Amino acid sequence: MKKWFGLVVVLLLAFSLAACSNGGSEQATESTGNDASPAADNGQKVIGLSISTLNNPFFVDLKDGAQKAADELGYKLVVVDAQDDPSKQVADVEDLVQQKVDLILINPTDSAAVVTAVEAANQANIPVITVDRGSDGGEVVTHIASDNVAGGVLAGEFINDKLNGQGKIVELEGIPGTSAARDRGKGFNEVVGKNSGLEVVAKQPADFDRAKGLSVMENILQAQPEIDAVFAHNDEMALGALEAIKAAGRQDQIIVVGFDATADAVKAVEEGTLAATVAQQPKLIGELAVKNGQKVLNGEKVEEFIPVELKLIKK
Amino acid sequence: MKWNKETIQRLGPLLGLLLIGIILSILEPRFLTVSNLFNVVRQVSINAILAFGMTFVILTGGIDLSVGSILALVGALVAGMMTGGIDPVLAVIAGIGVGAILGGINGVLVAKGKLAPFIVTLATMTIYRGLTLVYTEGRPITGLPDEFRFLGRGELLGIPVPIILTFLLFILLLIVMEKTTFGRRVYALGGNEEAARLSGIKTNRSKIWVYVISGMTAAVSAIILTSRLNSAQPTAGFAFELDAIAAVVLGGTSLAGGYGTLGGTLIGALIIGILDNGLNLLNVSSFYQQVVKGLVILIAVLLDRRKST
Repeated sequence: MKKWFGLVVVLLLAFSLAACSNGGSEQATESTGNDASPAADNGQKVIGLSISTLNNPFFVDLKDGAQKAADELGYKLVVVDAQDDPSKQVADVEDLVQQKVDLILINPTDSAAVVTAVEAANQANIPVITVDRGSDGGEVVTHIASDNVAGGVLAGEFINDKLNGQGKIVELEGIPGTSAARDRGKGFNEVVGKNSGLEVVAKQPADFDRAKGLSVMENILQAQPEIDAVFAHNDEMALGALEAIKAAGRQDQIIVVGFDATADAVKAVEEGTLAATVAQQPKLIGELAVKNGQKVLNGEKVEEFIPVELKLIKK
Repeated sequence: MKWNKETIQRLGPLLGLLLIGIILSILEPRFLTVSNLFNVVRQVSINAILAFGMTFVILTGGIDLSVGSILALVGALVAGMMTGGIDPVLAVIAGIGVGAILGGINGVLVAKGKLAPFIVTLATMTIYRGLTLVYTEGRPITGLPDEFRFLGRGELLGIPVPIILTFLLFILLLIVMEKTTFGRRVYALGGNEEAARLSGIKTNRSKIWVYVISGMTAAVSAIILTSRLNSAQPTAGFAFELDAIAAVVLGGTSLAGGYGTLGGTLIGALIIGILDNGLNLLNVSSFYQQVVKGLVILIAVLLDRRKST
C-alpha cells in the first residue's frame, strides 16, 4: 500500500492548491461580502461568465471590466474559461447551470457551436447575454459587442485614405474558422472590393500569432516585389509582420495596420512604426454586460443589440 | 480476491476516481447530485469514446495522435452530407466508414510502412486537419436536420443518449478485447511483438485493425460532438488526442503496451471529466485547473513507470 500513500499525498496537495486558488478568488470579491460557496446563500445574486479564453489580454480585460462592474453593483461573478474549445464551453455553461446562477454571460468561442450552451441555460430559465461574439440560436436577451465587420471597414478605409485609393495590400488572416477572422476580413474586403485601385496581392492565415505573422510575412516579402500596405486581423500578427518588413528594409514603403490596440501595438503606433490599430474596448464590453445584466435581473427591458464603440488609434 | 500487487494495480484507477469524487463531494455539495452526475458523464462521453479506441492502439505499443483531426474531418463530412440533403442515418453510417478508412490509412502506414506510430499519426493529424479546413473553408457547417440532434442532446428513458452510446460501445469493445482472438493478439502484440509474430500471429493485420478501431471511435465521437454543438467546427477536436491519451494512461494502461484494460480507460476518462466539472463548480481558475489536471496525469505516469520496472 506504500505507493498509494504517495498518490493520496500528492492528490491532497493538488486539491489544497485548488482550494488555495479558490480562497484567492474569494478574497478578490470579499469586498462584496459573499461567503465561500460560489452561489451565495445570503441572497447575493450570482452572475456566471463563460469566457472563450483567458490566454489573451483582450478577454482578460473583458473579464476585469465585468468583475469591476459586478463588485460595484454587489454581484458575485463566477468565471469559467473554455480555453477556445467549443465543447468545453458547452460543458462550462452546463456546470454554471448546475450551480443555479441567476444570469449567464457568454463570450462564445464560436457562434454556431454555442447554441447548445445557450439552450441549456434556456431550459433552466436562466437569462443569457452574449458578449463580443453572438449566438446563432437559442434565446439571448441581448448581445453586447463591438462590430468586427465595422472594424474591418475602419481599417480598410484608413488604408484606402493613406494610399489614395491605389495600392497593393497583404492581408494576414486570423485562425481560419474563427468569427473574428471572418468578420474583420469581411469588413476589410468590402472596402477593398469597392475600390478598384486597391488589390489584395497576398492573403494568408497567420493564426493571430506573432511568430507566424513574422514567418508568413517573410515568405510574402520574398514573393511580392511591390507591397504598399498590410492589414493584419490582430496586433500580434501585425507586430510580427512589422519585424519581417524591418528586416527586409522595406518599412518606408509599407504601412501596417493591426487590430485590437494591445499595449505593444499602441506603443508601436506612438513610435510611428505601426500605422494604426483598431481599438475595441473590452473593459467597456465587460462592464456593459454586467450593467445590462442588472437591468435584466430587475425585469427591465434591454435592447437586442448593444454596440460598443470602436475607434482607430493612429498617430 | 487476494490483495496482491496486481489487484492493487487493477483497482488503482478506481480508488483514484473514488478519492477524487469524495474530496469533491465534501468541498462542493452540488457535485454529488443526480443532475450533475448525468451532466459529467454526458460531458465525458466524447473523450471516453475516443479513449476506447486509443486503448487498443496503446495496448499494441502504438499511439494515435490523429484522433482529434479525424474527429474534425468526420464531423465536417457528416454535417456536409446532411446539409447536402443526405439522410442523417446514411450520413452517420458513411461517417463511421470514413473514420475507419482514415484510421486504416494510419494502420497501413504503421504496419506495412514500418514507420513509428508517433510520426505517422503526427503527419496524418496535420493532413486530416488541413483537409478539414479545405472542406469547410474554415467555416463551421450549420443548419443540421432536427432529428440529428437526438444523438447528442436527446434522452431515452431519462438518460442522455451520449451516455447510452458510450455504454453500448464500451460493452461491444470490451467483448472484442476480452473475448475474441483478435483481443488476445492485441495484448500479445504489445507484450512482445517478435514473440507474437513467431507464434504465428499476423501482426500487420492486427496492427491495422487497431487503428481502424481508433478511427471508428473517433468518428462516433465526431458524430456525438457535432450533434451536441449542432454544427461541425473546423477547429473541433483540437488537442483532444492528449485528453484521450491521458484517460488511457490514468486508467492504468501501460504506454509500453501489453498491459491495460478498457474499464480502466473509462475510469480514466471519468477522472478527467470529474476534475474538469468539480474544479469548475469550485470556481477554481482555469489556469490552476490545468495545473491540477497535469499533476494527476503525472502521478498516473509515475505509477505506470513503477509498474514496468
